[in-house]
Amino acid sequence: MHDRTPDLLIRNLRAKVEELDREILKGVNLEVRKGEIHAIMGPNGSGKSTLANVLMGNPFYVITGGEVLYKGRDLLAMSPDERAREGLFIAFQYPVAIPGVNFASFLRTALSARRGYQNELIPVPEFQRILREKLDLLKLDPSIVTRYVNEGFSGGEKKRAEILQMAVLEPEMAILDETDSGLDIDAVRVVAENVNRLFEQAAGNLGIVLITHYSRILHYIRPHHVHVMLDGRIVISGGPELADELEQTGYEGLQAQFAEVAAATPGDQPVRRAGKVFWVAH
Amino acid sequence: MATNPLGIDLDAYQWGFRMPEHYVFKSRKGLSREVVEEISYLKGEPDWMRAFRLHSLEVFWKKPMPTWGPGLSDLDFDDIYYYIKPTERQVRSWDELPQEIKETYERLGIPEAERKFLAGVGAQYESEVVYHSLKEEWEKLGVIFVDTDTAVRQYPDLVREYFGTVVPPEDNKFAALNSAVWSGGSFIYVPAGVQVEVPLQAYFRINAENVGQFERTLIIVEPGGYVHYVEGCTAPIYTTDSLHSAVVEIIVKEGARCRYTTIQNWSKNVYNLVTKRAVAYQDATMEWIDGNLGSKITMKYPSVYLVEPGAKAEILSVAFAGAGQHQDPGGKVIHAAPYTQSSIVSKSISKDGGRAGYRGLVKVYKGAKGSKCAVRCDALILDDRSRSDTYPTMEIDEEDVQITHEATVSKVSDEQLFYLMSRGIREDEAMNMIVRGFIEPIAKELPLEYAVELNRLIALEMEGSVG
Repeated sequence: MHDRTPDLLIRNLRAKVEELDREILKGVNLEVRKGEIHAIMGPNGSGKSTLANVLMGNPFYVITGGEVLYKGRDLLAMSPDERAREGLFIAFQYPVAIPGVNFASFLRTALSARRGYQNELIPVPEFQRILREKLDLLKLDPSIVTRYVNEGFSGGEKKRAEILQMAVLEPEMAILDETDSGLDIDAVRVVAENVNRLFEQAAGNLGIVLITHYSRILHYIRPHHVHVMLDGRIVISGGPELADELEQTGYEGLQAQFAEVAAATPGDQPVRRAGKVFWVAH
Repeated sequence: MATNPLGIDLDAYQWGFRMPEHYVFKSRKGLSREVVEEISYLKGEPDWMRAFRLHSLEVFWKKPMPTWGPGLSDLDFDDIYYYIKPTERQVRSWDELPQEIKETYERLGIPEAERKFLAGVGAQYESEVVYHSLKEEWEKLGVIFVDTDTAVRQYPDLVREYFGTVVPPEDNKFAALNSAVWSGGSFIYVPAGVQVEVPLQAYFRINAENVGQFERTLIIVEPGGYVHYVEGCTAPIYTTDSLHSAVVEIIVKEGARCRYTTIQNWSKNVYNLVTKRAVAYQDATMEWIDGNLGSKITMKYPSVYLVEPGAKAEILSVAFAGAGQHQDPGGKVIHAAPYTQSSIVSKSISKDGGRAGYRGLVKVYKGAKGSKCAVRCDALILDDRSRSDTYPTMEIDEEDVQITHEATVSKVSDEQLFYLMSRGIREDEAMNMIVRGFIEPIAKELPLEYAVELNRLIALEMEGSVG
């Protein structure tokens, strides 16, 4: 299919919450290249957000198996800050507030880290130029950066602030965790347009993993690949039309299809059928 | 030609130099009537001050040690010099300073001349120059800003009228001690209606008496006046003395406002036991902003007596306790008149087994109707070995009042750390950011250079907190 090595390669990734015995990720496989948009869709509790957090290195989760290569390096051996400096980004579903920390100064510290400044910060004029440019690009109200990080932000403001961080940090691989959740339809459109702008501007230098429960954001962001996640695994992959099919049949319909294919398949192997791949594992 | 970091030609400012004081006096260790009389004699004080000192000494002897708060049993009153000519207190050379202090200065980027002053090994001439030009401005307005010893000599009537009226020697053992052996401190007089725009900083008033063991500060703001006084400085003050016991008395008259800012960073062998109190008259406002980083033990509860209607008090305090430190700061407000208002915000941070907290008293007398008081104390504990204690006492004898009290104790949340780190910020810097954010409500009230330095100091204290 591809001659390029994936920039993000996830093999049989398993993870659990520290104090629980039950695995939440039960063997996830995924390949993402820069210049691609992947959507991961799944019902609540299927492990989507866990996958996002595990990729960013959230210490709340423990890896129980598998591996992740990012730009050829062992991602799981890297600390979260190292991952970010290497160009990995996550837009959180529930960004936490940091009281008393000014948004602009936080962004400046983060950008300095991303750009490899050691023990100093990016000069203020350069930072302001970048910030102004990104605020313009995303058509955001500049007053947001004068506030404390996420403190007292509305749901919509939080999501916009996450995308602003993404714009400023210019990641190479961005995971958007339910960036559409809790937003009304107009707000979803605005956020989606902004993601599209960043993707276009990156000109092939950005891969996106879009995690979503509903297909509505996919009316605005057209993914190259769609994956369906059920019970801790990616079970079906396909093109953008898989999202349309999901909208018709629901998760139950796809789950039934998968069960049918799995029953007819001995052993663990990908089965190609009707333009989709069924990742059968027993 | 001598130049200095400010690029000012010092030869043109010869009057700005302080001639070394050649006579030297060092009292015996320990306290006696003779020692107190000698101090008074050497300062050439009037009889009333000598009598005040001797009376205070009697009070000191009679008063018991506080039975609450941090333990003071290691404090040996017989092993302290109660009066040393400041030139004697100085370390003789830079090399004699403890390594830790030298390194801190270097890392704070404090210019060498300034470091030497702070360490007590030299004077800071450029500040003298700055001070002189400001002094002319103040004098035109009738503002008096001198050290308290000078005030006793030059303005005896003014000093005598107010001295010891807000904090009498009988108040507590350490106030009595200070009253007996005090030396140095600032005296400020602001005439009616005069607004002093530039904060007055002890830092400018560099003379040998500036940083003392037993400072005595007296501030009088006449009706409608305003002054912001900034005491001390944020750089660590090295002292070989183990006891710092100051008294600060402030009188804020009708419609006047006084703000008093301290960021203290004594070396970690010091007992810092300070009595600070203000009286606010009708519609007057008193604001204490109090930061405590250094010292072994700090007991300091800036207080405001709201004695006439419409008087307001604001107390902001921040404390940082690291290994071996016990910070016991707080605040005290007495509502003794109707329609008085107060607000106390306390933020404490403890780490490496340190103890920091809040001890406060709000008292509302019967009849102080329509008064409002809000107390908020937040504690941030950085590891499992450290602790925070909160002792908020409220004595409310009037029913028609609005009182609120909020207290939080928190740890740096893993969630916040992960969020910042997910943006590329290293763990230690992420921790710093969270701590800076925690004290931001107080830092933003400081003059900018102090806020910046407070943040740098906390960053230094935070080093090694990430494993």
